[in-house]
Amino acid sequence: MRQASLLFLVRRLLQIVPVVLAIVALNFFLLRMAPGDVADILAGQMGHATAEFTQQLRQEFGLDRPLYQQFFIYMGKLLTFDLGVSHLQQTPVIVLILDRLPATLILMLTSVVLAVALGVVLGVAAARREGTIADSLISVLALVVYATPAFWLGLMLIVLFSIKLDILPSGGMIQIGAGLKGAAYALDVAWHLILPAATLALFYVAIYTRLMRASMLEVYGLDFIVTARAKGLSETAIAWTHALRNALLPVVTLAGVQFGHLLGGSILVETVFGWPGLGRLVFDALLQRDLNLLLGILFVSSAVVVSANLVVDLIYGLLDPRIVHK
Amino acid sequence: MRGLSTLWMRFRRNRGAVAGAVTLGLVVAAALVGPLLYPVDPFDMVGQPAQPPSASFLLGTDVAGRDILAGILNGARISLLIGVLASLAATVVGVAFGALAGYYGGWVDDVLMRVTEFFLTIPSFVLAVVVVAIFQPSVVTVTAAIAVVSWPSVARLARGEFIAQRGRDYVQGCRAIGMPDWEIILLQIMPNALPPVIVVSSLMVATAILTESGLSFLGLGDPNLVSWGYMIGVARTVLRTSWWMSAIPGAMILVTVLAINLVGEGLNDALNPKLRKR
Repeated sequence: MRQASLLFLVRRLLQIVPVVLAIVALNFFLLRMAPGDVADILAGQMGHATAEFTQQLRQEFGLDRPLYQQFFIYMGKLLTFDLGVSHLQQTPVIVLILDRLPATLILMLTSVVLAVALGVVLGVAAARREGTIADSLISVLALVVYATPAFWLGLMLIVLFSIKLDILPSGGMIQIGAGLKGAAYALDVAWHLILPAATLALFYVAIYTRLMRASMLEVYGLDFIVTARAKGLSETAIAWTHALRNALLPVVTLAGVQFGHLLGGSILVETVFGWPGLGRLVFDALLQRDLNLLLGILFVSSAVVVSANLVVDLIYGLLDPRIVHK
Repeated sequence: MRGLSTLWMRFRRNRGAVAGAVTLGLVVAAALVGPLLYPVDPFDMVGQPAQPPSASFLLGTDVAGRDILAGILNGARISLLIGVLASLAATVVGVAFGALAGYYGGWVDDVLMRVTEFFLTIPSFVLAVVVVAIFQPSVVTVTAAIAVVSWPSVARLARGEFIAQRGRDYVQGCRAIGMPDWEIILLQIMPNALPPVIVVSSLMVATAILTESGLSFLGLGDPNLVSWGYMIGVARTVLRTSWWMSAIPGAMILVTVLAINLVGEGLNDALNPKLRKR
């Protein structure tokens, strides 16, 4: 049993490699189709650049070689985890990414936890009160939030909580110039995290609420719940200990799939709240044609997403021991 | 004909779906005839900037003194156009993939489904942003980018339907009389496989509109056309003083997407009554 799980893990890890490499290849060729390269941008920034100078830059960066050669050189470096240098910022790509990754991970993880927790609680609450006003209210709210563009919701939350009520910061990750350390710093970040995390999470709260409600109602129809009731267990105990565990599987699946989508959402949310994360860095790199940086971010983010899917597979086995990994 | 009237009867019983259909009808009407009845160029400076809603400008003016109502009406066209076109394109590609994979199975299925899973793994909004930025924002590239990230879910669904149908007696019968594969796929199985696909495609219009608004909010929309997301992006700079300027186009997106979702769910209940959730 243990050995089987280990084998499964190794096999899944081996499956990850080609997927991530394929994503890198797709991105590589897609990005090279863009008109203009980093040499043009740099030459433009210097103002008085001649065609020779631009060509010289290209040569220096290896952009004058045939595309397939550039590709193999890039992939070769990637195998040693060398993501190259951002020519615009004159800094190794990995340094730029590691600088931003924590902010994005904090935002994404907080949002996932918030979304799953709230979604599960609301979904269970609605299912237990099926057909009542509370149930309808939760369902309608979920439907409305599900139709709301997240970036706009973020702006409206800023209007309400930062501008009108003036109780939460409207952007950034820390109070600038406060020079806080230790616990005070962590608290400050948490304070700034509330609005962006809520914005990113709310859309998924809506999805999980609906999914959880449907899933709970399905489990409520099963025999073992009837047995539990017959044993005289309280409804609360049935809901939270018996039904929940069984109803949770679809939510976990979806959470894994959506971890990747959160990155897309975080581009928007980071823009709205000036959150210094990867999403913002992707967008800036794209506008500046900083291809090495862009490829690096896309590589790291797809690795994160694929790993998240793996974690979900493992959680699956914990939730439902009947799922044996073959 | 009788099928359609039962369908309508079932749809009509769902109050949310009817409300959604009415609302959606209003938005479509605004998109079709709005710019004709209210022929103000949404890019024209018509008055003082940042005026709140008033009698002369029903929804006020934006930061550059452009009429917001004109922007809303023209934006409705773009949102609906891109939403419908992108989900149509995604449906065609997705059904083609799913039909071939499901009908033939074997290595065809393996190859097509690996490609599908690959596209499901890439963060979709990120891919859309990359595609639009690289090929320059226009209605065509935005539509294509949204279609590229949307088709995999249709492919999976269509594949499931085709797998379920291909073993049925009527398909065996068609094979026995020597009907060519394309005819079985297009004329025999397709009509049976389509109902769930139609539901997913109609819901996809809503997602496409949300994606389009996100792209144009970031400045990745067609620069020659006003869209709701673009209007929010412009109004964002004056959020502190004129919050209603970004509130209005956002509310339009919300209402439109909500209406489409309600209609989609109504369609789902009407087309697949047995699957109806409690």
